[in-house]
Amino acid sequence: MFCLWCHEEIIPDITWKNVFQFFGKDRKLCEDCQQKLPYIEGPVCPTCSKPTEHGEVCRDCRTWTSHPTLGESLIQNVSVFSYTPFMKDIMAKWKYRGDYELVNMFKAGMEKRFKDNFHKQVLTLVPIPLSKTREQERGFNQAEALAGLLGLPMIHALARVRNEKQAKKSRAERLQSKNPFQLKHRMDTPVLLIDDLYTTGTTLHWAAFLLKSAGCPKVYSFTLIRS
Amino acid sequence: MNPQTKKTPMSPLTPEDPLYSIASFCEAQLLLRQELPLTDKNFEELQLMNYLQETPGIEESFTGYVCKRCGNRKNHWFGKIPQKPSPIVYCRKCIEMGRVSSFEALYRWTGPQTQSPRIENPCHWDGRLTKFQRNCSQRILEAMTTREPLLVWAVCGAGKTEMLFEGLTAAISRGDRICLATPRADVVRELVPRFHRAFPEVTISALYGGSEEKMEGAQFIIATTHQLLRYEEAFDVMIIDEVDAFPYHADQSLSFASERARKPSSSLVYLTATPRKWLKWKAKLKLIPTVFVPARYHGYPLPTPRFVSTYRLSKTLEKDILPPSIRSWIQGKTKQQRRFLLFTPTIEIAHKLAKITKIECVDAKDPDRIDKINRYRNGERNALITTTILERGVTFPSIDVAVIDAGHKVFDEAALVQIAGRAGRNADDPDGDVIFFHQGRTNAIIGAKKMISMMNRLARRK
Repeated sequence: MFCLWCHEEIIPDITWKNVFQFFGKDRKLCEDCQQKLPYIEGPVCPTCSKPTEHGEVCRDCRTWTSHPTLGESLIQNVSVFSYTPFMKDIMAKWKYRGDYELVNMFKAGMEKRFKDNFHKQVLTLVPIPLSKTREQERGFNQAEALAGLLGLPMIHALARVRNEKQAKKSRAERLQSKNPFQLKHRMDTPVLLIDDLYTTGTTLHWAAFLLKSAGCPKVYSFTLIRS
Repeated sequence: MNPQTKKTPMSPLTPEDPLYSIASFCEAQLLLRQELPLTDKNFEELQLMNYLQETPGIEESFTGYVCKRCGNRKNHWFGKIPQKPSPIVYCRKCIEMGRVSSFEALYRWTGPQTQSPRIENPCHWDGRLTKFQRNCSQRILEAMTTREPLLVWAVCGAGKTEMLFEGLTAAISRGDRICLATPRADVVRELVPRFHRAFPEVTISALYGGSEEKMEGAQFIIATTHQLLRYEEAFDVMIIDEVDAFPYHADQSLSFASERARKPSSSLVYLTATPRKWLKWKAKLKLIPTVFVPARYHGYPLPTPRFVSTYRLSKTLEKDILPPSIRSWIQGKTKQQRRFLLFTPTIEIAHKLAKITKIECVDAKDPDRIDKINRYRNGERNALITTTILERGVTFPSIDVAVIDAGHKVFDEAALVQIAGRAGRNADDPDGDVIFFHQGRTNAIIGAKKMISMMNRLARRK
């Protein structure tokens, strides 16, 4: 096996356990790269996973709750990693260069965080969609790729109508933007939205609002990165 | 290559032709759709005219896949994107240059070609060559004219760049396309101004990861070997600098690239100071014509390294103190106001030393790498700690060199000879001090000293 990120060869230790396990789990990352992934630990904001000093609700979320329309729609966001320079490099290669295979780097972290937070609930995964043209350019939808790691039922309930790049906008611009989604399927079971980044949370709040107003009982979100 | 891609005899384009700019941009290259500066309409038109030919990016062979850009065949370097009806296969090896996949084809220009201008007497260099250099320069000129391969085995500081000038002058006045490939971006950045000064009328383009200029149809390209992956049958004269250097000798795709980038009838000149075994053998068996330059351009011998044992290096560094031998060497140099380079085997040791000695350090990942090297070159700093990135191809006029932990595995014989070759490159100050601090002499350390002594002996004899 070779490390997905640095391409160093991984030579696994031979133990009694894996000698007999011919089809055991392959390691996707070498020890060094695994260490560098910034898994969020310690106290975080209970509603959006942003690291806070004593685990109190962060300022972003306090502003969200007072939002007139979108305030109550998203119950909680859980994120796996924080946005370090290393993570930025990975995202650039994965999303913008289009190196799809890198999604497997996140598998262990995604599974662990999911088990710790959502194992009790029965949730349907809804990946945040990309616009048609962007998906064609890239060849894949990163949210769908992430949702695929969890191996749970997935429904494409949303479609994107407006084709705007979030990354190029300022915070104020993002908060003022209009609903970028359209509903394709009504959901009547609890939903877990999947996306790659939670920055201001605008995208996820709009998606949650749309699902909720169409009768969805509960909407959570699960994102790879809280930046 | 399939027969349709043979270039049809069309008269070369003149610069006034509307197709000139696009032809000079993409001829003799394999480019992705997004690399072509064309609107969809123009793109389709050119395809209909058969001026742009589409070729699959990934081919399936019976052993697996082949990337048509970088030649990668290793299955673990291919990725799959699930999609209906069949997954997209893409190459992960060259993905930094844009993704090549079974759905993203490569395009080659098959329309009329452009012709580089023929410039008479392009060389404005007025230095003089030594006896050794003249002989070598003559051989290079012959090889470039008769389109033959040549190995130039010349010691560090023999003046390899200047020996190329005569051959290049002839090549430029023939209107040849020339490529000089070198393994490191630092070397590209250093060579470009030197060639600019020597050939001011020639369009020279520098290509390396992160370089901005991409001059269309430049006659002379100085590039890192990775950048050659886009070219196909482009050059009449191909010069490969430092063939023995990592990553050229370690990465097969680079020799594949340099082979594909030159025209079938083209001259191939290898330059090296420390050829690896296979090249030495080829030279010995006369499979490749070889010219040997044992003396430096100023005629003084290469500085021979001294060895000083410094045991328990990592233990001492852990306590944030310098081993006494290294400390006294640095103090001595500072007192004599000598400029020096300290080579370390790893980035960690480089940082550690920088912390203890308060000397600036550079490594490959350093974002300010270019600035720091420039500051040292301009004389704003008198010392620099570096990893092996400055081991070859760079010239600082009169410096001393120390290698910390010379027995480390990154310092092979070639690397140590190259490092020793950084010292004493100036005719006014030909004796540099080269010192290897080691924890037990390795074969590489002894081999390096032997090689340097052998070169000096040969130079004296001739």
